Amino acid sequence: MNQFSLVDCTTVDGALSQLNDSSVVKAAGVDLLDRMKNGTATPSRLVNIRNIAELRGIHPSPQGVTIGALTTLTEISEHPLIRSEYTILSDACGSVATPHIRNMATLGGNLLQQLQCWYFRSEEFQCLRKGKEICFAFEGLNQYHAIMDYGSCPSVAPSSSAVALLGLNASVELSSAGRGKRMVAIKDLYVHPDANPTKFNVVEPDELLTAVVIPRPAKGTRSAYQKYGEKQSNDWAIADAGVVLEMDGNVCRKAAIVMGAASPVVRHSAEAEAVLAGKPISEETARAAGKAAMQGGPLQTAMQGAQPLSMNAYKVQLFPVAIYRTILLAAGQMGRDPSAAG
Amino acid sequence: MSEAKLPADQKDPAADPLHSDRDHPVENKAAKGMTRRGFLKGAGVTAAGTALLEGAQVFSREALAATRGEVSGVKEYGPGPVQVSLQVNGKEQNVLIEPRSTLADALRLDLGLTGTKVVCDRGACSACTVLLDNVPINSCMTLAMDAVGHRVTTIEGLAKDGEMHPVQAAFVKHDALQCGFCTPGMVMTCSALLEKNPKPTEEDVRTAIAGNLCRCGTYPKIFAATLEVAGVSSPEVTPKA
Repeated sequence: MNQFSLVDCTTVDGALSQLNDSSVVKAAGVDLLDRMKNGTATPSRLVNIRNIAELRGIHPSPQGVTIGALTTLTEISEHPLIRSEYTILSDACGSVATPHIRNMATLGGNLLQQLQCWYFRSEEFQCLRKGKEICFAFEGLNQYHAIMDYGSCPSVAPSSSAVALLGLNASVELSSAGRGKRMVAIKDLYVHPDANPTKFNVVEPDELLTAVVIPRPAKGTRSAYQKYGEKQSNDWAIADAGVVLEMDGNVCRKAAIVMGAASPVVRHSAEAEAVLAGKPISEETARAAGKAAMQGGPLQTAMQGAQPLSMNAYKVQLFPVAIYRTILLAAGQMGRDPSAAG
Repeated sequence: MSEAKLPADQKDPAADPLHSDRDHPVENKAAKGMTRRGFLKGAGVTAAGTALLEGAQVFSREALAATRGEVSGVKEYGPGPVQVSLQVNGKEQNVLIEPRSTLADALRLDLGLTGTKVVCDRGACSACTVLLDNVPINSCMTLAMDAVGHRVTTIEGLAKDGEMHPVQAAFVKHDALQCGFCTPGMVMTCSALLEKNPKPTEEDVRTAIAGNLCRCGTYPKIFAATLEVAGVSSPEVTPKA
């Protein structure tokens, strides 16, 4: 790692006063230190927010729950209320990386981690997302890349917690010294590479992600998340599925079906959700929803449906299975998939 | 976020403590009573002992609190050496470190506590596991300055009064290691598990060490050792008579 100075902050206001166009913020540093050790990030000054106590904690209210940005993934995955009422989120946070990483990594850091594309992560490749012309994944090794809604760059959304939070219709609180606070829905947090290849999210340089606000799920809501990887732990998802079902008996009033590692930005599947709405949850409807998820959906590019790259056609088979099994898990009709990770 | 360019001289591996010889001491038992590791550890500790330079910046959050209201709780340290106080194995220790120093480096290179191993240096293998306030973390992905104000426990801090920690003793009894390089991390993780959950199932042990990689494949014996300390027997891992 290169040398840097560390600005130790103990208050949000203090940290906000230190932000400018070139500032780099460090929470736990799990993602940032990795990139610094790889030589793809070389900041000369870090604004260290790790020790701001007010940004840590899970605060339930009648409207839902507010989670401080520095709350660790372990704290979220083990929290009794999150486990019972926001199961999709405890599942997702509990599936990330390793237990030790989850003991360190924060919710805000998980949401704002940079791409895991190996070309992007390598010092050797100057790619589109680093402000250059070329994406190497189309011609190169792309087994972990996107199958849907990609244009100029098929790197996939890396955050597991974002899958859960999109399913829960959550928002993030962004704070700045000059402009105060604003709320941004998770669905609007990420920037598609075709809109701007070097801007990964809408957080401005003078802003901190200070909290995540989740509305209280409607009565009868059940949810689940499962991650599929090459390894049982210690890996990013090759496919992950988040499911939130608003149930009326065995009939699904409304469903949220979210896919993580399918496209550059975490996405709902409107097609899968439409299959389940107003229907009983069964093996048949769950399988139909999984199949439908490989069709269009809300798009940021002209790409209709799944269009795998040279090495990732397996994902077109994996996602429908992940979605079908996770729907049944959420509905209580199937146990946790032993072949899922985490 | 634009980021400063890395000066060319810092790409010199010799300038990077992670790639220096000190990080990979090799024991040489042939040298009469003097091992390479012992020599290097001695040198490291001496350096730490004398390294507290007069005039070096001193890290303190109390100073930070005192100035709150004026600069509202911020203070910039480094990039040069900063004097910090780490609480390691129950002892306050002063070290002079740059802000870029990881906790693993500070423990190994500055405090001579080489029981903590660095293998992947990316948080992927957990060989560097130490406890921060009794919670297992990767010391290679934690800045040493972030450990200030927290209790750090390393493998050297587990034994009490010359007696091995029960998990260490069980690892010996069950021969739960081969090359031994993952062992300090494994022991730290398993001891932390038992603190949190004194009666774990085999599944709990598997989950706890899901990030601790052992390339020799000693996992079944690690399960058996840990479960024995907990007084739990598991037919799957208990060797058959």
